[in-house]
Amino acid sequence: MIFAENLSKQFDDILAVDHIHLNVGAGKVLVLLGPNGAGKTTTVRMLTSVLRPTTGTARVAGYDVVREASHVRASVGVLTEHHGLYGRMNAREYLRFYGSLYNLSDKLIADRTSELLTTFGLAFAASKRLGEYSKGMRQKLALVRAMLHDPPVLLLDEPTSAMDPESAKTVRDAIKNLKASHRTILLCTHNLAEAEQLADQIAIIRLGKIIYQGETTRLKRELLGSPVYEARFSGNLNGYSPNLPDGVKILTRGEKSLQFMVEDPETTNPLLMSDMVNAGLQIVSFHEMTRSLEQAYLEAISRDREEIHA
Amino acid sequence: MHNALHPVLVISSREVRDQFRDWRIIFPIIGLTLLFPFLMNFTASQMLGFVNKYGATIIGERLIPFLLMIVGFFPISVSLVIALESFVGEKERGSIEPLLNTPLEDWQLYLGKLISSTVPPLLSSYLGMSVYLTGLVISHIPIPDPQLLILVVCMTTVQAFMMVAGAVVVSCQATSVRSANLLSSFIILPVAFLIQGESVVMFWGNYATLWWVVVGLSIFSILLIRVGLAHFQREELLGREIDVLNFRWGWRVFCSQFTENATDLADWYRRVIPATISRMRLAVLVSVIIGIGAVITGSYLVSMFPLVLPKGGSNFPENLQKLMEYWPIFSFAPALSIWWQNVRALLVGLLLGAFSFGILGLLPLYITLAIIGYLYQVLLNNGLPSALLITGLVLPHGIIEIPAAILATAAVVYAGARMATPTVTETFGETWVRSLADWTKIMIGVVMPLLALAALVETWITPQIAVQLFR
Repeated sequence: MIFAENLSKQFDDILAVDHIHLNVGAGKVLVLLGPNGAGKTTTVRMLTSVLRPTTGTARVAGYDVVREASHVRASVGVLTEHHGLYGRMNAREYLRFYGSLYNLSDKLIADRTSELLTTFGLAFAASKRLGEYSKGMRQKLALVRAMLHDPPVLLLDEPTSAMDPESAKTVRDAIKNLKASHRTILLCTHNLAEAEQLADQIAIIRLGKIIYQGETTRLKRELLGSPVYEARFSGNLNGYSPNLPDGVKILTRGEKSLQFMVEDPETTNPLLMSDMVNAGLQIVSFHEMTRSLEQAYLEAISRDREEIHA
Repeated sequence: MHNALHPVLVISSREVRDQFRDWRIIFPIIGLTLLFPFLMNFTASQMLGFVNKYGATIIGERLIPFLLMIVGFFPISVSLVIALESFVGEKERGSIEPLLNTPLEDWQLYLGKLISSTVPPLLSSYLGMSVYLTGLVISHIPIPDPQLLILVVCMTTVQAFMMVAGAVVVSCQATSVRSANLLSSFIILPVAFLIQGESVVMFWGNYATLWWVVVGLSIFSILLIRVGLAHFQREELLGREIDVLNFRWGWRVFCSQFTENATDLADWYRRVIPATISRMRLAVLVSVIIGIGAVITGSYLVSMFPLVLPKGGSNFPENLQKLMEYWPIFSFAPALSIWWQNVRALLVGLLLGAFSFGILGLLPLYITLAIIGYLYQVLLNNGLPSALLITGLVLPHGIIEIPAAILATAAVVYAGARMATPTVTETFGETWVRSLADWTKIMIGVVMPLLALAALVETWITPQIAVQLFR
């Protein structure tokens, strides 16, 4: 549903996006991560046929972003960085206006408006001037606008910024529902916990280039090494030294705990545990240490910075 | 067609509704529509009483349509504010981007905004003029004749479209309402001069001239709308984030267009210059047609402004001899001054063209050739051998000078046409820099050397030929 090859954008003497490749299928969420000014917004604008790529090609919802621009725009729902609402309109008027631009019938607009405003908890404020909305409400309404014409592809820039935790969860649930109904979603966010929850694929973009791209677990393994497991025991280790299978190494050794880095957990973890049991140790817990996407992201950025300096 | 215009109406009706909810727009419009005409009625009756007391009734007669024009103009001045707010205000508040993400075509959004910025102020202007005329009728003051009323309505309408179209062009170059307001002086000042000029013509009572003004402004408005359409593009609107001049980039673009990767001077002359002239061939054709038209117009003007030359006693050969003494062969000073005079005229053409999308850039060529046409006809009418005189006095250097002037003029016309043509791959600034580079290329590479040669011929050879012809 989103396919880009060698996509670049040059503004005067600035290369904002540098030959990127993307491939996101139906029902998948790609999260685009990167520092401010990395080229995320420019990428989204090219994918919505708002900006013309300097080089490369892209297809969104099956349409070419240059040759079939208006088809592309009709097939995507976009949540922009600035929600850009009209303060003197109310939510119903605002959505009717956008629905008309997408050529939806009055009945469909009314039905979708009621449905989406209820889903996002805005029905109570449907007749209120948008200038009186809180930041979070505006953000939710902008998301409703993006979803109004039920597009097969959604490009969402910071969908939960400025939202309270409950509203943010509502939005995340809505994204999960969209994903379940085979919508393709490209999400730009700085909220790494959210990215981890929603992403099927992560792409890290820096200085216009995609420096890492892949599934979250693969990305973590690639950037942070093999997964780390911790074993906790009821008693002291008393000089216990396990027979380490190939691809396992001890990272830290505590009085009642051991941390291992394991290359192939499925094969080696059962061996490790049986060795511990045979050594007479009583295992309280054996679990994978959580490694956040934030660690992986920071590692990626730092590696790229070092590479450029080198 | 209906489907294509539907989004235009959706955009304009939303904007008009929004305007009617904004007291900052409503109050001035109400004031200028309903209160200002009464003030003008009062002014008219007082002034009429005053001038009639001294028998200057004609001033009173001219004052009535003049005040009508002012009553009509004031509400449309609001259209400039609305247009700037509508175009650049949306850009500044970030509400333009969601619109650009819809299936709307650029022209639909442009037209929707153009209509919504123009129509409400225009309607209030018509309403204001109606209130003013009603006041005149009630006060038993004679109202202007229908032809004059239509003229004022047409003038008001075309000025409104011109200001809004100008505001769009300005808005495309600005990223904030503040910078757009600064740039809007490029609209306000010319319009202020225009109104002053129109007022003078109105008091003069030459209404035919005002119809020509309407025609001229209509053409200019259409051109401005075309330029607005050309540059009101998603790329241009969102590709520009800041208003900082990037001289380094500008210079690089200029150099790349000027040299077009020529390896040396020979390559530049062999490949680049012919390619540039070839690109502007249509502009060359236009300049040639305009030039021919100028000669014809010049000769026609003799019937309107005849000139009778003194019969007999012509000391033309003596004068030529004197000229040859002033311009001795192989002296460079007179040639240099002729060359500089010609270059200066063409630079004025560039300046005029820069403010009128190339149209006024035709003026120097037009005036020069019209003078030649006029002279030719005057000589002919006075029984002199005009063909011989023109051949002797103009042709030797004119054969070089006139093509050079046509090329320089064509470069200005071509630049103007490029500014008014949509280019999806170039920003407005880039088009401007590239057009300037093309003009410079033609001037430095072809026109200035040709003019130098023509100046040498004019000072060294033309007088010799003339002496031989008139001996």
